[in-house]
Amino acid sequence: MTTRLFGEPVQRREDRRLITGQGLFLDDLGRDALAAAFVRSPHAHARVRDIDVSAALDVDGLVAIYTWEDLPERVRDPLPLLIPHPALTHGRTAYPLARDVVRHVGEPVVMVVARDRYLAEDAAALIEVDYEILKPVVGIEEAALGSHLVHDDVPGNVGAHLVQEVPSRAGLGAGRAIDAAPHTLAFRLDIERSASTPLEGRGVYARWDADDRSLRVYSSTQTSTSVRMAIAAKLGLPLPSVEVVAPDVGGGFGVKIVHPWPEEVLVPWAAMLLGREVKWAEDRREHFISSAHERGQVQHVRVGFDDEGHVLGLDVTILHDHGAYTPYGIIVPIITATQLLGPYRIGAYRVEFSSIYTNTVQVTPYRGAGRPQAVFCMERTMDRIAAHLGLDRAQVRAANFIQPDEFPYDQGMVFQDGRPLIYDSGDYPESLRMLKEMIGWDGFPAMKAEAAARGRRLGIGLGCYVEGTGVGPYEGGHVQVTSDGRVHVSTGLTSQGQGHETVFAQIAATELGVPLEKVSVVTGDTRRFGYAVGTFASRAAVMSGNAIALACRKVREKALRIAADALEADPRDLEIEDGLVRVVGNPEASVPLATVAVLSNPLRYAFDEEAARATQFSGATPMDRPPVPEGEEPGLEGRDYYSPVRSTFASGMHAAIVETDPDTAEIRILRYAVVHDCGRLINPMIVEGQIHGGVAQGVGGALYERMVYDGHGQLLNASFMDFLMPYATEVPAIETAHLETPSPLNPLGIKGAGEAGVIPVSAVIASAIEDAEGLPIDRMPISPAELYELRRAAGR
Amino acid sequence: MKPPPFDYHAPRDLGEALAVLAGAGAGGKVLAGGQSLIPLMNMRLAAPAHLVDINRLTGLATIEADAGGVRVGALARHAAVERSADAARAQPLLRSALRQVAHPVIRNRGTVVGSLVHADPAAELPAVLAVLGGSVRLARHGGGQRDVPAGEFFTGPLESALRPGELAVSAFFPALPPRAGTAFREVARRHGDYAMAGAAAVVVLDEDLRIVSARVACVSAGPVPVTIDVSQVCDRRPAASADWAAVAAAVRDRVDPEADIHATADYRRHLTGVLAGRALRAAAREAAGDGRDAGEAGEPSDG
Ligand SMILES: Cc1cc2nc3c(=O)[nH]c(=O)nc-3n(C[C@H](O)[C@H](O)[C@H](O)COP(=O)(O)OP(=O)(O)OC[C@H]3O[C@@H](n4cnc5c(N)ncnc54)[C@H](O)[C@@H]3O)c2cc1C
Repeated sequence: MTTRLFGEPVQRREDRRLITGQGLFLDDLGRDALAAAFVRSPHAHARVRDIDVSAALDVDGLVAIYTWEDLPERVRDPLPLLIPHPALTHGRTAYPLARDVVRHVGEPVVMVVARDRYLAEDAAALIEVDYEILKPVVGIEEAALGSHLVHDDVPGNVGAHLVQEVPSRAGLGAGRAIDAAPHTLAFRLDIERSASTPLEGRGVYARWDADDRSLRVYSSTQTSTSVRMAIAAKLGLPLPSVEVVAPDVGGGFGVKIVHPWPEEVLVPWAAMLLGREVKWAEDRREHFISSAHERGQVQHVRVGFDDEGHVLGLDVTILHDHGAYTPYGIIVPIITATQLLGPYRIGAYRVEFSSIYTNTVQVTPYRGAGRPQAVFCMERTMDRIAAHLGLDRAQVRAANFIQPDEFPYDQGMVFQDGRPLIYDSGDYPESLRMLKEMIGWDGFPAMKAEAAARGRRLGIGLGCYVEGTGVGPYEGGHVQVTSDGRVHVSTGLTSQGQGHETVFAQIAATELGVPLEKVSVVTGDTRRFGYAVGTFASRAAVMSGNAIALACRKVREKALRIAADALEADPRDLEIEDGLVRVVGNPEASVPLATVAVLSNPLRYAFDEEAARATQFSGATPMDRPPVPEGEEPGLEGRDYYSPVRSTFASGMHAAIVETDPDTAEIRILRYAVVHDCGRLINPMIVEGQIHGGVAQGVGGALYERMVYDGHGQLLNASFMDFLMPYATEVPAIETAHLETPSPLNPLGIKGAGEAGVIPVSAVIASAIEDAEGLPIDRMPISPAELYELRRAAGR
Repeated sequence: MKPPPFDYHAPRDLGEALAVLAGAGAGGKVLAGGQSLIPLMNMRLAAPAHLVDINRLTGLATIEADAGGVRVGALARHAAVERSADAARAQPLLRSALRQVAHPVIRNRGTVVGSLVHADPAAELPAVLAVLGGSVRLARHGGGQRDVPAGEFFTGPLESALRPGELAVSAFFPALPPRAGTAFREVARRHGDYAMAGAAAVVVLDEDLRIVSARVACVSAGPVPVTIDVSQVCDRRPAASADWAAVAAAVRDRVDPEADIHATADYRRHLTGVLAGRALRAAAREAAGDGRDAGEAGEPSDG
């Protein structure tokens, strides 16, 4: 079939638009809208005593100034706690504008609306807020002492505390299993904060139609359907009167799944109140101090193992820094706790985390969402075991792998979707074999020795992970074939550059037997599809991909039924090829899908020649039954949903060779290899692109990115000058290989790929630097200055 | 991140520019490439009342090179100077330093003179001007011109001898004496970032190819470029037998850099020594006629 596009490296159709400046991002819309700006707290912890706006009133072009006092019921309430959990006993969320206490630098206090953003910022600069400074709580361990509180009513600063235990098969708890093991190790690991930092910040643009009493909101979001529900509820509008559209979105990486942001409530509210269009586009500094961060954890590990490196017991205690508020619940530490197990069968496991408040920006998922920390923990553990036993690091991992014949494999825990942590499929030994071959694992010691003879210091490292992808509850797809033969696909979840337009079109073209050019795809527009969850957790392809395939299958069945009537054939003898329904083996007997679409909608009125074929005197429908037969609907369209019983588990393994400079302590990645398994590939080129982007962010987390808070809770590097996102020059060439173990859980056999690249990078780089330097690496990221200090502390 | 209000001036010739600057006094700021000033204004860290845009003064986009050195006009962009073969011939250190300044798109707009006036101790060009003993020419309305030598021009971090009302019209980078070599070495966190440490080196040999003069100017090592003469440590030895480790140690002992979020003070001091040693050794090799310094490729370890 020429239209079998599933699995082909089709070029991304959205790229021409995006790279020639024709994308329409939030700030490209609403050029004449009023602009909003915010006065944000300069203090990490303070009580707002008084707000004096008088000086700002003189600014020409000022339209409105709002403080919390000005907000009406519901709008003034704390923002929702999106994902409650029984262990989150002390969840707290912020007010859209500070009510009395501010709890991090950047918290919004006053909203200003003016003719343009320049004037709005001028007015904001003239507003004087009188603060009573309170003691800031900064640093996880400092906060965990509980001597000063972020929220008066949260003792010990502990928002949540959760223990999960999986006893060994013999019924032993982790503590006893470790004590009984031939070898034990205990150590501590640290992971710094980083953040999603999409190149486009957040943004909201709202238009209120006073005649229609309806609201249209554009938001740079990862979930337009849910933003819509939140806005309708907050503003007391009927849901059908609110439309939310995600335009082109310049990256999300997790931060834009949080909603509603204060601005997502306040901007539409102001637009309604003022009867004017209002827009707010976040600037870079705002993004650093007012959106969300991730990653920061301290982990204490105790492990027991035998002579071959089999892990008999593992006990991990995690302090997780969730910042000042918990709008997204405790998803991140839950993922860390559960995904820590990776591709391994562990004897007995106990994991405990405390999720701690600090006077810093809130923590919500960032690509990888707790997994980079988990993998850092487990893979550092594997390396320590290998070092302790004098065994090859790859061999220790292999000794612990779940074997291909053990799937489905039940890890005995509860995953982030509230469902059992059961791996559906995978082939970890084969992954490792491919990886070792690609990077030249077995030949490396010779390479290292040869480099050392020339004064160069090389090291190799590896890391393995398993990633639960495609979490529920559901997504839907709608597919319509119009009488011009075009196929219109829509799904509710949003796109932030992943290539959905391309892969969803590939799925539809393959299922319906039409050329790719005939298919158009719309995502994230509630006018087209109202039911959706959102784009996160590497779920778009699995969830919407399958829903669209199912919707296409409905359309295909219907098309064959109608065509069978027209061709006087049995539907089972028909196929669709290149947009033509035809009798197998008789190419003469065919009818275009376009005509089928015409016939699917019996008409009274003709407005063109095509339509005339479906009018009442055309003889298109038999006289002995209603024009629309019972059980049918007019039109060639279908809608279906995909709702999985549980997540599907992708996996991968990475390896790197690094060089460290003996004098300057610079760290360079010479090679980076990835073996990746996301089930059946829809488009290998797009999967590779996702991996490349993920690895780039992983390199950031391993070597460059951190959030430097001082003791006062000031973020010292809130700009791209000092927050070191790697450039193309810092990201190595990435070698990839694919393994395909299909998921048995969904019709297309696919697993998610969006986050994969970022997950093991810190673990891999730490492993390689440790190998090069012979010094234990137990915190990430690591800079040349830190490597230099480590060497000095070790007397080198 | 929008600047506060300011008056914008776009004079068409030097006389008009100087008059506007004189009128603006302390509230006036020159806008050249804008690569440093505009971000400062957007972050409201600088709020000049009058912005005097000199981009129409195309007569200042000059690069004049002769046996005496290179004179760079106020509108000559980093990229133009970097690509000028004449400038590279007269003073090769300019090109090797410029290649480490930011990224191509920024070099397309940023100016050499703007970089000197901006006087960031982490910037490459102030160190180049300092180690070469160059100067900056300042003009004022009705008041003629004055040449300020590098040693007096840089007065503190982001502070220069430029007075309100003055325009820097050009900078002069003297040529090298015979049997001299130069090199530039730096380490930045990311390619094109301001350096954590760096060194611009000039080494001069006598007729027997023994080192008679060895000087470095260090980047990010103090409030202004730190110029250090290590001729004595080189002890009139030929490049091949000089004690480069002692040279590195001498530089290291004479700088007192500060810590910041990217590097500890100790690491910076250590790194400055390493890079000064590497730059001086490369400059000496170049002076001895072993060909133009090719940069860091294959840099030997200093142990
Ligand atoms: C991302 C980025 C990275 C960078 N990395 C580096 C780097 O690694 N190394 C480096 O050296 N620089 C770096 N820069 C700065 C760049 O080199 C600037 O171009 C330079 O510092 C200033 O030159 P400009 O022409 O842009 O000056 P402007 O920004 O226009 O002005 C800078 C200051 O100098 C004054 N000024 C400029 N010209 C004159 C004049 N003729 N007379 C009087 N006053 C004048 C201005 O009033 C202002 O105070 C970087 C910039 C960016 C944006």
